[in-house]
Amino acid sequence: MFKNFMNWIEYRMPFMEKMNLHVMQYPAPKNFNFWYFFGSLAMLVLVNQILTGIWLTMNFEPSAERAFASVEYIMRDVDYGWLLRYMHSTGASAFFVVVYLHMLRGMMYGSYQKPRELLWIFGMLIFLVLMAEAFMGYLLPWGQMSFWGAQVIISIFGVIPGIGDDLTLWIRGDYVISGATLNRFFALHVIALPLVLVILVFLHIIALHEVGSNNPDGIDVKRPNDGTKIDNNVSDKFTFHEYFTKGGKKIIVDAIPFHPYYTVKDIVGVVGFLLVFCAVIFFAPEGGGFFLEPPNFEPANPMKTPDHIAPVWYFTPFYAILRAVPDQLFGAIFMFLAIIFLALLPWLDRCPVRSVRYRSTFHKWNLVNFCVSFVVLGVLGVLPATPTYTLIAQIASFTYFAFFGLLWLYSKNEKTKPLPVRLS
Amino acid sequence: MSNAPVDHGRRRFLTIATSVVGGVGAVGAAVPFIASWNPSEKAKQAGAAVTANIGKLEPGQLIRVEWRGKPVWVVKRTPEMLETLSKVEGQLRDPASEEEQQPAYAKNQHRSKKPEIFVAVGICTHLGCSPTYKMSDFDAHVEGIASGFFCPCHGSTYDMAGRVFSGVPAPKNLMIPPYMFIDDTTVIIGADEGTA
Repeated sequence: MFKNFMNWIEYRMPFMEKMNLHVMQYPAPKNFNFWYFFGSLAMLVLVNQILTGIWLTMNFEPSAERAFASVEYIMRDVDYGWLLRYMHSTGASAFFVVVYLHMLRGMMYGSYQKPRELLWIFGMLIFLVLMAEAFMGYLLPWGQMSFWGAQVIISIFGVIPGIGDDLTLWIRGDYVISGATLNRFFALHVIALPLVLVILVFLHIIALHEVGSNNPDGIDVKRPNDGTKIDNNVSDKFTFHEYFTKGGKKIIVDAIPFHPYYTVKDIVGVVGFLLVFCAVIFFAPEGGGFFLEPPNFEPANPMKTPDHIAPVWYFTPFYAILRAVPDQLFGAIFMFLAIIFLALLPWLDRCPVRSVRYRSTFHKWNLVNFCVSFVVLGVLGVLPATPTYTLIAQIASFTYFAFFGLLWLYSKNEKTKPLPVRLS
Repeated sequence: MSNAPVDHGRRRFLTIATSVVGGVGAVGAAVPFIASWNPSEKAKQAGAAVTANIGKLEPGQLIRVEWRGKPVWVVKRTPEMLETLSKVEGQLRDPASEEEQQPAYAKNQHRSKKPEIFVAVGICTHLGCSPTYKMSDFDAHVEGIASGFFCPCHGSTYDMAGRVFSGVPAPKNLMIPPYMFIDDTTVIIGADEGTA
C-alpha cells in the first residue's frame, strides 16, 4: 500500500531520488567532530525563528502608537505569549552564536578553500541578510534602544558622499525614524528577508552537496578511481548515490551516509543546544541585558538618547571598529571592510593545505589573534567610548585586519606538515 | 513550420530588442516600488515651524523643543560659558563655522542671533544620537572646560556653541535651525525673517 503510494509519487516527482541524493546516500566524511553541529543547529534556529515569528505577528501591531503596547500585551495577556517572544528573542542571539561558531569552524578547517569558494560566499550572504534581519527585528518592539540603535545604523548610510542624506531620508521615509520606518521594517523583517534567507540556505546546501563536505583533516573523500583496492574503507559497506561516484570514475573513501549516521549525531547536538537554549529562555531570557537591553523596556523617545547606547552583542565587534576610526566616512568603510575581508578569505588564503591541523604554527597563532581581536572588539562595543577603550579598540581593529594581511603574505610559501592519506 | 534557414542576424536583433524593451519595462515597474519609500505628503506637512517660550529660562538651563521630530535645544548661556568660547578655539575642527551648518546670521563665534540664547538641533552630526548637555561636569571629557555637549554613543564632544572638537568621530558642528524672536520671551523654530 505505502510502497504503491511512493511509486505513484516517484513516477510524477523524483522525491525518493532527491532524498537519497541529499540525505540517505550522501557521503559525509566519517571524522566530523562537534564543530559540525552548528550547521544543522543554524537550520533548527531558523525554523524556530520562522515559527515563533509567525505566531508573534498574530498579536503584534506595527505602528509607532501601538507597537510597544502590543509587545507588552503579548508578554502579559496572550497565553504563552511570553514564551513565544522569549523563544524568538533568545533565538536571535542563538542564531548568531551558532553562525559565528559555524564560520569559525570553516576558518579552522579551511572549508572556504577551493572548490568551496561559492559555498563560502553563499554563507557570507546568509550572514549579511541575517544581520539585516536582526537589525530590522530589533526596531519592532519600539523601545528606546530599538529607536536609537536604528537611528545610528541608518545614519551610517548618511556618510556616503553626495547621496547620503537623501538615502537616509528614503530609508526612513521621514525626517526621523517614525511609524513609516517601523512599518517598512516590519514588512521586510517578516516577508522579504526571511524569503531571501530561505532561498540562500537552499543554495548554500545545494552548493555544499555539489563539492562535498570538508572535514577536520581537510583532505578529499572523493578520489579518482584508478582500480586499486583501498584497505579498511568503511565506505565499502554503504551504497552512495551514483551522482557522487560519477559512474565508477570516482571512489569514495572514509565517508558514511549522512542518514542515519549524522542525523543521529546531530540529534545529540540538538539536545545539548536545547538544554542551554531552554535554560536561557526560562531562567535568563534577557541574557543579562545583552539579549534584551534595559533601555528597551522604555518606549521610544525621539527627544532623549539613552545615556549609553550599544547595539545588541552580535553587532558589537563591527560597531567597535566603526567607533575606533576617528573619521566618520572611514569608520563606516572599515566596518564594511571587516565583513568584505571575511568574504574574500578563499582568495586571501593561498595555502594548498586546508586544515589548521597540518598548517604552520604561525597560522595557528594568527587564527588565535583573529579570535582574540574579534572578542576584544565585541566586548569594547558594549562599553562606553572613553579614550582608553578607544585606543584598545584601535589596536584590536588593527590586529583584526592584520590577520588577513598576514595570511595573504605567509600562506603562499607556508611551511606545512605532511597531509595524511586517510582520514584519522 | 517552414524549412527556411535560420537567420542568425535577425534572431540576434530580435533577442536584443526584446531584452531592451523588457529591461525598460522592468526599470519603469521599479519606480513606484522605490518611490513609495519617500516621505509621504503627510510626513512632509508635519515639518512646520514651532514656537517656544523662553521667558522662564534660567541661566545655564536647557530646554528641548520638538521640530520635525527632532530635539531642538534652547540654552541660556551664562557669561562664563560665553567666555570659554574663545578659549577652546584651538581645539576645534571648524571654529569659524565655515561648513554650511547654520543660517548666515549664526555664522559667528557664538553661533546665534543673541549671544546668550543658543538654539541648535540636538542631533550629533556623526550618527544621529542626541548628545547630553554637561552643564558643569564637561571637564571629564575635555580638560579644563566646565560645560559642553557630550555624545554618549561614540564620544563626540561639542563646545557651548555646538562647535565640534577635533579628534572625535563627528565631522561637523551641530546644525543650527532657522529661527527668529517674536519678542523677548518667544522664539519660533523652523522659520526666520527670510522665510516668514
